[in-house]
Amino acid sequence: MNQPKKRERINDATPALNAPYLLWSLLFIVAPLAMVAVYAFLGQNNTFSLDVFRSLFATADGRRMWGKVFGDSLLYALAATVICLGLAFPLAHFMAAGRARAQRTMMMLIMVPMWMNFLICTYSWRTILETHGVINSFLSWLRLPGLKLLNTPGAVVLGMVYNYLPFMILPVYSVMSKLNPSLVEAAQDLGANRRAVLFRVTVPLSLPGVVSGIIMVFVPSVSTFYISQKLGGKGSLIGDAIEAQFMVPDYGKGAALSLILMAIILVCMMAMRRFSDGEEGSFIA
Amino acid sequence: MKKQKGAFSAIYSALILLFLYAPMGVMVWFSFNASNSTATFAGFSLRWYGALLENPDAQNALRNTLVLALLAASVSVALGTAAALGIDRLRKHWVRALLLHITNLPLMNPEIVTGISMMLLFVFGAKLLHLDSPLGFGSLLIAHITFCLPYVILSVLPKLRQTDPHLAEAAQDLGCSRMQAFFKVVLPAISTGVVSAFLMAFTISLDDFVISNFTNGPSFQTLPLYIYSMTKKRVKPDMYALSSLIFVAIFVLLLLSNWAQARAEKRATKKEG
Repeated sequence: MNQPKKRERINDATPALNAPYLLWSLLFIVAPLAMVAVYAFLGQNNTFSLDVFRSLFATADGRRMWGKVFGDSLLYALAATVICLGLAFPLAHFMAAGRARAQRTMMMLIMVPMWMNFLICTYSWRTILETHGVINSFLSWLRLPGLKLLNTPGAVVLGMVYNYLPFMILPVYSVMSKLNPSLVEAAQDLGANRRAVLFRVTVPLSLPGVVSGIIMVFVPSVSTFYISQKLGGKGSLIGDAIEAQFMVPDYGKGAALSLILMAIILVCMMAMRRFSDGEEGSFIA
Repeated sequence: MKKQKGAFSAIYSALILLFLYAPMGVMVWFSFNASNSTATFAGFSLRWYGALLENPDAQNALRNTLVLALLAASVSVALGTAAALGIDRLRKHWVRALLLHITNLPLMNPEIVTGISMMLLFVFGAKLLHLDSPLGFGSLLIAHITFCLPYVILSVLPKLRQTDPHLAEAAQDLGCSRMQAFFKVVLPAISTGVVSAFLMAFTISLDDFVISNFTNGPSFQTLPLYIYSMTKKRVKPDMYALSSLIFVAIFVLLLLSNWAQARAEKRATKKEG
């Protein structure tokens, strides 16, 4: 009797399927990151050295300057993240309680600004905040003194909040809209008042959405370079410093600064991960 | 009590929307400005929309952007769908975990780091191969495919998990080849994921500025890069006119898709009832 010919089953993993992507990701994801490390630690005669880092932090002036750059970046990004969370959480809560049609319309209205070019939106804020801009014209019409709004730290944080607020709203809303309403009812039946329901049921259950929202706002905020240049006068954040080094170009310094930025973000993420399960794909859920 | 709460949430939502749409309102308003300022309004005029029609740079940039986004989305969807299929079938747990971790890297990394890391690779590669200018259309396309891939994989993979693997096997048992089984059974089952992956890749590529800024050359300019070079100087209202047109296009598109979705849902509930 003939042995049935062994056929390739469709559900078997084959190298032909995985090899192209593996190759692509090694070449264009892993290798570039390795290049960053190589350039950061490259010495005079192609040997490993800490010269680049030493040149950044050797003098007291250098330490003070870079301390301020990193400190400001962290502070601004943290402020933007907290404000985004404070604005987005109630909104997501209200949206999730609304009718299906209203929910869909709100989702659409929140997504439109995400699709707009962020450069031109950021630039438009200049028109609003300028000395003779929209807000100050309105103030002078009310016969109130004008305010200096543009080129302040507040304007930079505003730009971050504006650009990344949807990235906080969407994950928080997506978790809240899937919350089982009977859990809230059960808590109420068991005697919890509105505050207790909010802080002991709704908030803990929406934590995964909050965590991914925080990451999605914090990471681009801490590394931005356009917002700080257009709304803060001259860019003085870590993203600006990296961009400036690559325009010079001083690849070594730029790579070293990027490495420090990555380390900061990694530490922040690991701190956040303790709160969430770290499910795969939760980033674009 | 309940009514009061509803009013409060409506006002709150309206204020957030006002904040989100304030720059767009300013943009549209000043695009009709008669003078060349983006700060003071001097009267209504359509001159900046007319100027746009006679601006070959902007039109060229728009065409480049569309070509690049279409190519990047097509290649990344093909490569990413194959990768998702491969990852889904991997039995060795650690290989799978490794691949998914690598896939997540560009999503976790700040865009600026992704941008400069690829720039370093291209510069280094050009030195190795003795090429003159490493940055141009080719490097831009590679960069766009690379940052689109994770989104494609992460939107196709969940769909693959939802499909029954036995269906494809049944198709094979009934005489389909592997290719036929894929195109007749697997692909239709994951088609919604593939389509949304394509749209996502297309729009991300369309809108990308940070990574493009570090991987493009002088020979090929996309719309975000063109806008960036314009905002380095004092912006004239023609940039606002261009953005207003884009805004209207996006709004109409989303409105249509929202409407189509609502209709489909209505029809579905009618059928059930």
